[in-house]
Amino acid sequence: MTTAPAAPDDPFRGSPWPRIAAVALAIYVVYACAQLEVSWERLQSGLGNAAHFFSRLFPPNFSRSDLLIKGLTESLEIAILASTLGIVLALPLGLAAARNLMPAWLSWPARFVIVAARSLHPVIVAILFVKAVGFGALAGILALTVASIGFIGKLFTEAIEEISDKQVEAIRATGAPFVSVLAYGVLPQVFSRFIGFATYQLDSNLRNSTMVGIVGAGGIGGTLFAAFQRFDYDYVCAILISIIALIMAGEVFATAIRAIFIENATFADLFRRGDALRHVRHTEDD
Amino acid sequence: MADALGHERVWRRFTRAQRLTRFGVYLAIVAAIAMAAQTVEVIPEFLADAPEQVVDLLSRMWPIDFAHYPEAIHAALMETLHIATLGTLLALVLALPVGVLAAHSVVPSVPVNLFARLILVSSRSVNSLVWALLFVGIFGPGALAGTLAIAFRSIGFVGKLFGEALDEAQHGPIEALAAAGAPWMSRLTFGYWPQVRPAFWSIALFRWDINVRESAVLGLVGAGGIGMVLDSALNLFQWTRVAMVLLAIFAVVIAAEVVVTQVRRRVI
Repeated sequence: MTTAPAAPDDPFRGSPWPRIAAVALAIYVVYACAQLEVSWERLQSGLGNAAHFFSRLFPPNFSRSDLLIKGLTESLEIAILASTLGIVLALPLGLAAARNLMPAWLSWPARFVIVAARSLHPVIVAILFVKAVGFGALAGILALTVASIGFIGKLFTEAIEEISDKQVEAIRATGAPFVSVLAYGVLPQVFSRFIGFATYQLDSNLRNSTMVGIVGAGGIGGTLFAAFQRFDYDYVCAILISIIALIMAGEVFATAIRAIFIENATFADLFRRGDALRHVRHTEDD
Repeated sequence: MADALGHERVWRRFTRAQRLTRFGVYLAIVAAIAMAAQTVEVIPEFLADAPEQVVDLLSRMWPIDFAHYPEAIHAALMETLHIATLGTLLALVLALPVGVLAAHSVVPSVPVNLFARLILVSSRSVNSLVWALLFVGIFGPGALAGTLAIAFRSIGFVGKLFGEALDEAQHGPIEALAAAGAPWMSRLTFGYWPQVRPAFWSIALFRWDINVRESAVLGLVGAGGIGMVLDSALNLFQWTRVAMVLLAIFAVVIAAEVVVTQVRRRVI
């Protein structure tokens, strides 16, 4: 033994790929900043602006509260109607798209409709409906209905495809017709998940219904955008505060519905123990 | 079945209070729908006219103006992708510390956790279009406002999910590190980070996918990207160009979804 064994490789040395990826990412950031003409000077001049901007936002001006309340009410109505229509239309569509219950000739077209409904942002869909049915709440309702069909249809299909076959087979074995198989074999298994994503969609529609007004589809968004373009910043601030309050109230309401239907809570429970609400997990998606 | 006193006993799944609660919720939902349907301002003629108008709109969109793509749409589309990607990266950088502060198991101080949660909630409850309006007000129209809007909207989303992942990490490795005398930073980088790394990258991909969709509309309020091209085509009633823009957005959204699925399968 004259030659010393070669030093073993460092066992803690990782794969080189993360470093290569990090360098590539850094190069991309520099390139993209150059493309977007993002520079330090611009950022700095903007920050000077920011102080001026925020000083004009405060104090919020709630003096035109009648217009504010009208807009918020319309947003709320759009959200409620769009969620209702969306759920009513998405349930049969989601069922038709479930591959474990339906033949392929039915499930594939249904899946295509659901994917198409999800692919465009609700505000873009709202633009199209504004052109099709004119300015106003109707365009907003239709746009958010399309978005709801996409989201609820997709999740409902997935929920149905994940159910256990045993209960379905048991009901079938009794000679039950197809509608009874659905009512007693399928729906009880997906009901709690359905409540989860229906309340989530209501929440999401409420958020978007405050925005579709930017393109003229009704609700508070139109008032917000108009105030913004008039540099009426203290009114903008009042609108933003009201929107956030409305959304937070909607979130509390959605959590209460989930507690009642999934955890079997009663009204008294909702007020008595805050922890009843804490068990209900929130699915977050946009 | 009858009990000792001869009363008929009926099995019920829910207690009386639970049934009353459910009934109350059903009643409230029906009332809300009825009230909304009655008071919302919908002009029936417009509704009856809708199918005809949609057909008219589609016929004006045809034939799609493919020649417009190389002229103006391609550059705007690339700008949209840059806005989405840069915005997501900035959000990741900003959300990491906030997520750490929000996780009670990493930073066992309730006031700090609550403060971090407050940041996350306020980021999430403002829509990205509103963030875009604010940043357009500060920095002027352009992609910078869009990038910052995407980033600020995403902080809440990424930070919340990252904080939850940290809270769910196993305590074994962290206790082992603590027992060996590792300082807080080392516990974070060698105890928590390896456990939450897959979750972190999967949250990042998920958010990037959402941001590609969202950045396409930011241009409507002047925050750069393909939305601005869409806005000008709409204002000039150039429907064939509108159709091309919509097709481009559709293709990019589908492509982003495919990329995310593939990356998730191969890398994470």
